[in-house]
Amino acid sequence: MDQRRFEKPAGFRDYPPPLAEKKRALEEKIRKAFCRWGYQEVLTPTLEYFETVGEASVIEEKRIFKLIDREGKTLALRPDQTAPIARVVSTSLGDAPLPLRLFYQTNVFRAQEERMGRDAEFFQSGVELIGEPTPEGDAEVIALAVEVLQICKIPSFRLVVGHVGLLHDLLQETVGESQMIQKLKQALRERDNVGYRQLVQEAKLSTNHRAFLLSLLSPKEQFSLLEGIQDKFHSSEIEQSVAYLRALWEALQDYGVSNNVTFDPLLTGSLSYYTGVYFEGYANALGFPLLSGGRYDRLMERFGRSAGATGFAIKIDRLMEVCLHIPCKTRRIAILFSQKKRKEAITKAMRLRKQGLAVVLQPIDRRNKLSEVWKSSFTQWIELREEEGDEK
Amino acid sequence: MKNELTIAMPKGRILKEALGLLHNAGIDVPTHIADSRKLTVKLPVEGLSFFLAKPTDVPTYVEYGVADLGIVGKDVLLEEGRDVYELLDLQISPCRISIAALPDWQPVLHPRVATKYPRLTERYFRGLGQQVEVIRLNGSVELAPLIGLADRIVDVVSTGQTLKENGLVELKQITSVTARLIANRGSYRMKRNAIGILEEKLALAVGKRKVLQ
Repeated sequence: MDQRRFEKPAGFRDYPPPLAEKKRALEEKIRKAFCRWGYQEVLTPTLEYFETVGEASVIEEKRIFKLIDREGKTLALRPDQTAPIARVVSTSLGDAPLPLRLFYQTNVFRAQEERMGRDAEFFQSGVELIGEPTPEGDAEVIALAVEVLQICKIPSFRLVVGHVGLLHDLLQETVGESQMIQKLKQALRERDNVGYRQLVQEAKLSTNHRAFLLSLLSPKEQFSLLEGIQDKFHSSEIEQSVAYLRALWEALQDYGVSNNVTFDPLLTGSLSYYTGVYFEGYANALGFPLLSGGRYDRLMERFGRSAGATGFAIKIDRLMEVCLHIPCKTRRIAILFSQKKRKEAITKAMRLRKQGLAVVLQPIDRRNKLSEVWKSSFTQWIELREEEGDEK
Repeated sequence: MKNELTIAMPKGRILKEALGLLHNAGIDVPTHIADSRKLTVKLPVEGLSFFLAKPTDVPTYVEYGVADLGIVGKDVLLEEGRDVYELLDLQISPCRISIAALPDWQPVLHPRVATKYPRLTERYFRGLGQQVEVIRLNGSVELAPLIGLADRIVDVVSTGQTLKENGLVELKQITSVTARLIANRGSYRMKRNAIGILEEKLALAVGKRKVLQ
């Protein structure tokens, strides 16, 4: 038989019942947390015009699935949820007063070129806080991210915070030359510390500045680094960013989440979409980031409604990998009934279902025997059949 | 243990020098790791555990986080393009990736380049705006021009001896290569201090080695 008939496109996967159940349970926990913090759900279409949303997206064009509609316009399977929400906030919600607190739980699509078997469809849960251009706004979403990881019972996790603007200003103040700044940023984006170190050695720099830029690679990820930065530099941009991060740090302390958060001035997002605070979440024994987010103050204006915004997205499939919490199994009961006992079986099933149990009504007859394996997938099974039955 | 580090070591060329460097950094990995069939070695006191892997697989192990750290040649990193932190240039096993051909090489109508590094090769020629047919080989790449499979090769050159023996000449160096210490993204964040300490020890050993040379 031709096996290919049953293949799925590369990167798309099925979730059989146990996994689907775990995914739902996690999403439900997260949804409740988002709701408790006053965030409201939005749904947007799976397909968007490429020129509207695709181009505003954080995702590279080559990773966006494109389709052509009947009029020849290019459509995109949503590669992320932030750009569509920005569109909604400036159109359908154009009159809604800011700040808006919105959340989503949805799938996003990204074409994988390089590796077979990597996901092309991701499930994400995330929030957008639009119209709150302050450190308070960033602190709120970071604290919410921490709460979500806590309620998902992630045993050990850490959020790492960087600031895209501060990094730029520090490089501007020390290196100055724009081509070199681009190269350094590129090295950091590629996580190439060796390249960064080499470039810092090559660049025309004072001894102090060189030592300073190299010192940023050391593992002292603390917000106390900020004091050192403030003492060394007197540009007003740097002062502003440092003050911003200090205010963020103080707010995080008030939220009681500062133990879970560290600061790394060299952390950068993958594209130029983030404008200020950027953060990633990691868990023990998980090689990939669990969540990422940050401030994107320029995106909204692309849709004609300027507003500072911040948010994050959790990758549900990654969360499922590290989340030890197994959803409590609902008791599943099977009532096997012969035709004559149908009414009795239905009454019994209805009563049990009202009590919150999962009840399967399964007709049986002599010809149609159910396997023991089938029966064993239920916590309990009840057989209702005619008394005079000649077999048990 | 929270801060125990697992390190993927490459079999072959780099291993001996890497073990030497670790030794100079005060980390004595029993040398039998190189020739025994046992693939993992634990150093409980240092909180380190090593395993041997095929060099091209090292970045994969590290990207997926089954190893926190790895030691691997820059050539493999360039070819594999894995998403890992490149922490430290260990400056061991230096070599270069070069284009080589027979001495009388002339541009041809349908250029064919044989290599163990197809992605790196394609990227390089595309960067030059040249279209070449890249032929992936798993070994004996030097043979390709001799038997007429390709007009040029892209391969690692350390002393140039192999090229010479096959009557090939180096046309152009694409990049120079040394071994690197790499880290998983999650480990880099969750075990930053432990990694930092090891990185510092190795950096000192690399520095000392440089002075001696």
